[in-house]
Amino acid sequence: MADETTPQRAPESGSHSSGPRPGGPRSGGPGGPGGPGGRKFFRRKKVCKFCTEKIDAIPYRDVRLLQGFVAERGKIVPRRLTGVCTTHQRRLTRAIKQARNIALLPFAARF
Amino acid sequence: MERFYEVMFIVRPDIEDADVDKLIAGFEQTIVNGGGNLRSTEKLGRRKLAYTVRKFNDGNYVLLTVDADGKLVAELERRLRVSEPVIKFITVRMDEEEKRLNKIKAIRATRKKVSAQAPAAAAPVAAPAPAPVESAEAPAEATQASA
Repeated sequence: MADETTPQRAPESGSHSSGPRPGGPRSGGPGGPGGPGGRKFFRRKKVCKFCTEKIDAIPYRDVRLLQGFVAERGKIVPRRLTGVCTTHQRRLTRAIKQARNIALLPFAARF
Repeated sequence: MERFYEVMFIVRPDIEDADVDKLIAGFEQTIVNGGGNLRSTEKLGRRKLAYTVRKFNDGNYVLLTVDADGKLVAELERRLRVSEPVIKFITVRMDEEEKRLNKIKAIRATRKKVSAQAPAAAAPVAAPAPAPVESAEAPAEATQASA
């Protein structure tokens, strides 16, 4: 019986040590989905639309352009979803808020 | 110091076109009398408003671009606020933006000119040499201009 308990202990300790072991490859996980395209982490492939098309000014009058960056309920879409760079996101936000003030875009839609 | 502004305002939809023109002419007169320069007047026409303003669902949009100083614009805004047919207005100062855009255009023009002169300069060795040099400094200038 003493011989039988020890093999039971071994797989238990094996399962215990397998706990921290996937922790090692798991920290390599965020580095991984750059290739497989895992939705969880990076998605850095998105480029800023304004930088590539070289659009300098973002006027508040251009509703069609702004509507691409506004959600269905009228909220401004965050930068990490649209891939816009910081300078352009700031200008875009300013333009959207100006457009909202002059009733070209709603403050809150689809109540 | 003359600054460049864009003034957009919305006129009530139940005002006749002739009255709208009269209204705009009145504002233009205010600007000219105050010593400003009216660059352009655009009537963007009747549009559906994104939300109800003073119980109206659509309105007549008008855009004025003005060179004026601050006091004149304050006076114009006072008149817009007081005038009954105008339901909303916004004034945006555009001169800094214009300066920035002109700077970017100037940089782009010089970049194009150098790259246009280099092939004309009959030396194919000279073309690769200026091209990486000015393409290296042009992004630096462009980031400086956008920053």
